[in-house]
Amino acid sequence: MRPLLAVDGLTKHFPLRGGLLNRTKAVVQAVDDVSFEVGAGETLGIVGESGCGKSTTARLLMHLVPLDHGTIAFDGKAVGAGAGLSRRDLHRQMQMVFQDSYASLNPRLPVAMSIAFGPLVHGLAKSASLARARDLLQAVGLDPMLFANRYPHELSGGQRQRINVARALALEPRLVILDEAVSALDKSIEAQVLNLLIDIKEQFDLTYIFISHDLNVVRFISDRVLVMYLGKVVELGPVDRIYREPRHPYTKALLSAMPSMDPRRRTMDAPLSGDPPNPINPPSGCRFRTRCPFAEAVCADVPPTLTMGHDGRAVACHMLVSGSGHRRA
Amino acid sequence: MTDTPAIAIAEPVEALRRAQQGKSYWKRVWERLRRDKVTLAMAAILIALLTMVIFAPWFTAHDPYQGSVLRRLKPIGFPGHWLGTDEVGRDLWSRMVYGGRLSLLAGVMPVFLALLVGGFLGILAGYAGGLVNSAIMRLADVLYAFPSILLAIAITGILGAGLKNTILALTIAFVPPLVRISEAVTTQARHLDFVEAARASGAGTMRILQYHILSNVLGPTLVYATSLISIGIILAAGLSFLGLGVTPPNAEWGLMLNNLRQALWVDPVICALPGVMIFITSMCFNLLSDGLRQAMDVRL
Amino acid sequence: MWAYIVRRLLYAVPILLGVSMLVFALIHLAPGDVVDLLVPPEVPKEIADSLRARFALDQAVYIQYFAWLGRLLVGDLGISFFTNRPVADELFSALGNTLMLALPAALLGFSLGVVLGALAAFNRGTWLDKAFSATAITGVSLPHYWVGIVLVAIFSVILNVLPAQGMGGSGFPTSWEQARHLILPVVTLSLIPMGVISRLVRANVLEILSHEFVGTLHAKGLLSRRVLYHVMKNAAPSALALMGLQFGYLLGGSILVETVFNWPGSGGLMNLAIFRRDVPVLSATILVLATIFVVINILVDVLQALIDARMRR
Repeated sequence: MRPLLAVDGLTKHFPLRGGLLNRTKAVVQAVDDVSFEVGAGETLGIVGESGCGKSTTARLLMHLVPLDHGTIAFDGKAVGAGAGLSRRDLHRQMQMVFQDSYASLNPRLPVAMSIAFGPLVHGLAKSASLARARDLLQAVGLDPMLFANRYPHELSGGQRQRINVARALALEPRLVILDEAVSALDKSIEAQVLNLLIDIKEQFDLTYIFISHDLNVVRFISDRVLVMYLGKVVELGPVDRIYREPRHPYTKALLSAMPSMDPRRRTMDAPLSGDPPNPINPPSGCRFRTRCPFAEAVCADVPPTLTMGHDGRAVACHMLVSGSGHRRA
Repeated sequence: MTDTPAIAIAEPVEALRRAQQGKSYWKRVWERLRRDKVTLAMAAILIALLTMVIFAPWFTAHDPYQGSVLRRLKPIGFPGHWLGTDEVGRDLWSRMVYGGRLSLLAGVMPVFLALLVGGFLGILAGYAGGLVNSAIMRLADVLYAFPSILLAIAITGILGAGLKNTILALTIAFVPPLVRISEAVTTQARHLDFVEAARASGAGTMRILQYHILSNVLGPTLVYATSLISIGIILAAGLSFLGLGVTPPNAEWGLMLNNLRQALWVDPVICALPGVMIFITSMCFNLLSDGLRQAMDVRL
Repeated sequence: MWAYIVRRLLYAVPILLGVSMLVFALIHLAPGDVVDLLVPPEVPKEIADSLRARFALDQAVYIQYFAWLGRLLVGDLGISFFTNRPVADELFSALGNTLMLALPAALLGFSLGVVLGALAAFNRGTWLDKAFSATAITGVSLPHYWVGIVLVAIFSVILNVLPAQGMGGSGFPTSWEQARHLILPVVTLSLIPMGVISRLVRANVLEILSHEFVGTLHAKGLLSRRVLYHVMKNAAPSALALMGLQFGYLLGGSILVETVFNWPGSGGLMNLAIFRRDVPVLSATILVLATIFVVINILVDVLQALIDARMRR
């Protein structure tokens, strides 16, 4: 089965300028050699701490930020100038919902116009675009009679996020990236919006990439999950298996930091130690080694590669690769 | 109370429906303006002034260019010339009404032109960023290095007096602040998520500018521009006062102020009159601009 | 912070170059050849050409520009077409006269502005504050040159207590008679700074008052000196910055008031130059005044950066 989205070697470094002549002083290695695939109809969750590169990855996928290296293929067709899929066509297939529900909407436009903007730009007549906007408002649970001509400041956070979802659906994409889409909402509203997302996914036959730092939410909604650390993928696999049996030390630490609801299953693993490193000067070799309780010399010399296992799980850690030089391998 | 006819319910339901529909931002502004008595009064005065000035022949009895030396500097209340006459014998009231044409033109036109040019350059600089931004903003900085009056004098003093040069000079003096404000708003808006979302929808630059940037820039820029009008009127009259603006024998408030100045010792009251017009007009525009700013400060 | 200061100072250079280019372009765009203004049309061509050569008008534009710029940098501001004397001499004495107006006007305007603005802020909502707002709006809408004329009308013509124009003798005023000449122009000139500063001070003080102290103030009824000191200290930096800018405007924009009072300052010099089509004097004056304005602007920026850094400590 050909994956809907195939990403290979995605890399993005941001230069930091400063000083007298605005020279490049340093480089933020935001995303480094990230590769994964997303199958049609699944929900891939992406988790990690702030600054691990999740949002940058999302923007790279959407081509809102130019790549330094790597390829992106949508439904087998490479994306890029001339080759297969143009940026414009990609946007018809792949859309995004942003985190800040208020900043995502133009305060001067009625929300129906914000939703209709996408189809309008792609050539649909204004009346047809607005009609589609009204249908989508209905689909996300907002009565078009009441909401079509409202302004963003007149709506609550949950309502605005529904508008953002409607807007993402306006171009009839096949894949929707949700970048911390529910993180800013109150818990009860969050639950409503999550349920809406699940319904929509089924109704419109969508594929999701769900980015979040909230591990519980990711577990609830994802089929597979990808764990990122400091710009690199450290673990990838089916969500339940990873949550029950994390293999990478970082994933283990991340999950152990989650408060457990079960008094019988108290977390015993070592917590994270050391200072969170700077994405400007990431540690050599394995980037996690400065906080890893199992770090050894080889971890500083050789960066681990993401090796796919036979069970559909992939980990980037020397401990799990026999012959890597790590004592625990 | 058998059954309530459907029509009786329809009206309040319809009203409720309409109330629940969001009001357009500009409609809101308009409503707030309508309730602001001071602003309305100012608008009324200005409209009255404008009417008098445009339809000047209807409101004046004398030719503003015709003067008789025998009737120089007659005081207020002189029969036939209710505001008196100027130093060449022309009816002062006629001169003031006709003078309003050039004074208003020279004060308002530059702001309008500067809004177009400055707004365009500011949006361009703000959206394009990088070198284009630097080039435009540095050019604005060079113009900013002059106090407005000095810049206006430089242009009219060296290039020559006259209405055209006055409008040109004041337009150039007003472009930098309008560039700054539209650039600032555009730069801020450009980085907001909704612009990114618009780009993610596949929109090209023109569409984004049209739907997303323009609507946000227009508000603050327009408010600032209206506050510039009052300054424009004072500066335009000031240039004419210096002999750099409108040339004689045209009627214009600043020019009249200068001409009558020599006759200050004869009749101080008359000589102050053209200045009153400048003051009143400028004040009306100022209050109008303040009212507009308050009305537009709708909690967003 | 030092990087910012250095950058700000360096940035002044291209700005000043731009200013000089603008003035030069204006001179060049002036209608008519300057020589035509000086000599009658019957003059034979050779003499007109030799005059052109003397003024370097026969060479390419950019050469003329650099020659002109070079002369400026060594202090040669050109020779007046009219009086045939070096512009620099006339200009600097004229600037001195303008300074004689600008400094007192600044002091008067700033101090009154601070007092009025603070008074309005501390008495917010009362009739005093409302009167202030009305005065402020009026002040901004008044053409200050007209106010000068009105003052002359009242105090010179009608009441005959103050002189209407002139300096009453050159140089620093040494007698009360001379000093009398200063009063009306200084008052007129001080109006705009007073209006601008008072509005800013009022806004700043209100903002600071809204932070703390409001309850205390109301309870006490009076202002304790400590509170007053704290408020003024916080309102000071931006007020000082604005004062600097206003002083620049006073120096560069005094022409209107000087015209009303026939004051022989830089504005009066410009006036004469315009009247006589004396391009060297006019352009040099504009250039010098703009340069002073730029320098003041930079000083204000740098001082603000320094004060900001100190306050943050």
